Amino acid sequence: MIQLQDIEKVYRTKTIETVALNRVNLHVERGEFVSIMGPSGCGKSTLLNIMGLLDDPSSGQVIIDGQPVKTHSDKQLARLRNEKIGFVFQSYHLIHDLSVVDNVELPLLYRNVSAIERRKRALAALEKVGLSARTKHFPSQLSGGQRQRVAIARALAGQPEIILADEPTGNLDSVMGDEIMDILLRLNQEEGTTIVMVTHDENMALKTNRLVRFFDGQQVADSRLVEAQI
Amino acid sequence: MLKNYLKIAWAVLLRRKFFTFISLFGISFTLMVLMVVTSLFDHVFGPQMPERETDRLLFVNNLREEQGEGYSSSGPPSYYFLDRYVRRMQTPEKVSVHSVFNPVNSYIHNKKLALDIKHTDQQFWEILDFHFLEGNPFGAQEVKNASRVAVINQTTRKNYFGTGPALGQTIEVDQVKYRVIGVVEDVPVLRIQSYADVWVPITLKSQEFKDTGLRGSFFATIKARQAADIPKIKEEYARIIQDVTRLNPKEKKQVHSYPDTILESFARNFLGSGKEDKVGFLYTMLALAAFLFMLLPTINLVNINISRIMERSSEIGVRKAFGASSNTIIGQFVVENVFLTLLGGLLGFLLSAGVLALINDSGIIIYAQLGLNLRVFAWGLLLCLVFGLISGVYPAFKMSRLHAVEALRGGSK
Repeated sequence: MIQLQDIEKVYRTKTIETVALNRVNLHVERGEFVSIMGPSGCGKSTLLNIMGLLDDPSSGQVIIDGQPVKTHSDKQLARLRNEKIGFVFQSYHLIHDLSVVDNVELPLLYRNVSAIERRKRALAALEKVGLSARTKHFPSQLSGGQRQRVAIARALAGQPEIILADEPTGNLDSVMGDEIMDILLRLNQEEGTTIVMVTHDENMALKTNRLVRFFDGQQVADSRLVEAQI
Repeated sequence: MLKNYLKIAWAVLLRRKFFTFISLFGISFTLMVLMVVTSLFDHVFGPQMPERETDRLLFVNNLREEQGEGYSSSGPPSYYFLDRYVRRMQTPEKVSVHSVFNPVNSYIHNKKLALDIKHTDQQFWEILDFHFLEGNPFGAQEVKNASRVAVINQTTRKNYFGTGPALGQTIEVDQVKYRVIGVVEDVPVLRIQSYADVWVPITLKSQEFKDTGLRGSFFATIKARQAADIPKIKEEYARIIQDVTRLNPKEKKQVHSYPDTILESFARNFLGSGKEDKVGFLYTMLALAAFLFMLLPTINLVNINISRIMERSSEIGVRKAFGASSNTIIGQFVVENVFLTLLGGLLGFLLSAGVLALINDSGIIIYAQLGLNLRVFAWGLLLCLVFGLISGVYPAFKMSRLHAVEALRGGSK
């Protein structure tokens, strides 16, 4: 599904060179729920951004569905992100000025989908995350957990094959964190969505079926876990 | 997608009320001033009653005499000059000679009425398109006989006779009684060639006919058979002026006078030394002024847009993450800017209508009927749109180049 081959990411200033990722090789299979753990600054989020085609590696290549994306234009990358990938961010990144349902419609705006169909799919995604009653609300009127559920609904609306979640429970208390995790697990198990999740929470990571550990930009462990549990 | 863009544009406008106010004020105020200025320009120089066929009309209202050693004097030509030389021109269809308007007093019910009177020939009425509300103009016979008849404008009619009959009644102006034979619509004061409150036969001013000097207090209005004849008329007039100079060698005077359109006349007398035609210069100055005037709101818009878009970097990052290409992002911000500009344009239109109505009602310009010029509005709006596009595209382009990751870091929540 997603292959990372010899990925390096180096941030350079005039005086300092910081290696964020060092020769990372990772193959995420279709239907997997992979969690990525490691201390702050070890390159987890950078890895997720490169996987999601939001950032370019300094060297190495990203292959999605067998196709290297190195030579893709801005437009082609945008289309790939739109059709194949859904993002869930730690700080939700909802658009304040749009209502919940308009936020969820966002991925569909960039496809040839009629307004009626967009609304239908957005409402269906909101139902999946249990927010049917909040469609007309604005993000500022919701709790943190609800905002993250809206963010998940937005990622789902485009029916992507992969969801990349960057610390989706990081800003939430444990009860809300569990709720979000349950939604992600259900998506993976019932709909076969491939999920890659960056987390600091060992308990959350242990619920997934593969755990990859990073340290100082390097992949230091990759363990298959028991089947993920809701 | 457009609906979504407009929705967010509207939300952003409401969220940043101060920015919105500054932007809208800049656009609408600029458009309003442009509209008012061009309306005034049209009012002074454009075709309008009674000088409708401006492409066939030329006016002689100035004559300059140079006597060497840098001494020169200028002013309206004399009746003698206009009657002897201009009226006899071959190329025009018609030539009218008439006096400049003169302030006079009249009294009605012990109340003083300040009026402007003009002495005209019968061709004056044939050349110009006065709108007669009652009666008719005076003809050749009345001019020949120096009949004490008058055409008055509707305001004078109202002041004198109210709602009663006016035709056949008498008005007394400067202690001379005239019989009213016609009532015309008010003519704006800025139309100095045709404006007056009272028009009477030119022969009532015959004491001035005998003065054989070249300068006096008369104008001429020339009508061409067709617009294409204008250059021929100007050539003939130039030959006449050469003859006038040649025929007066003893006075060692150089005479300069030109039959001009209203705009040429203004440019020649106010921007030049009275000799060169400065219309090109006038247009350049006006275009430069308009450009500089519009530059201010544009720079203002660019600055506002940059900060407005910068603070939305998180949104740009999210949109990119969910499939918007750089071009789509540019498109979105351009749509938003066009929306803002159109809103400002609409406000500008309403403001212009209000200000023009105020000017008309205030009486600052006597008998002015300034109207909205849709052609000018369309041009102003188009310029605003172009500036709106430029001011929106640059910051949007800058932000669209931002990496999605960088953009996402730009904001949170």
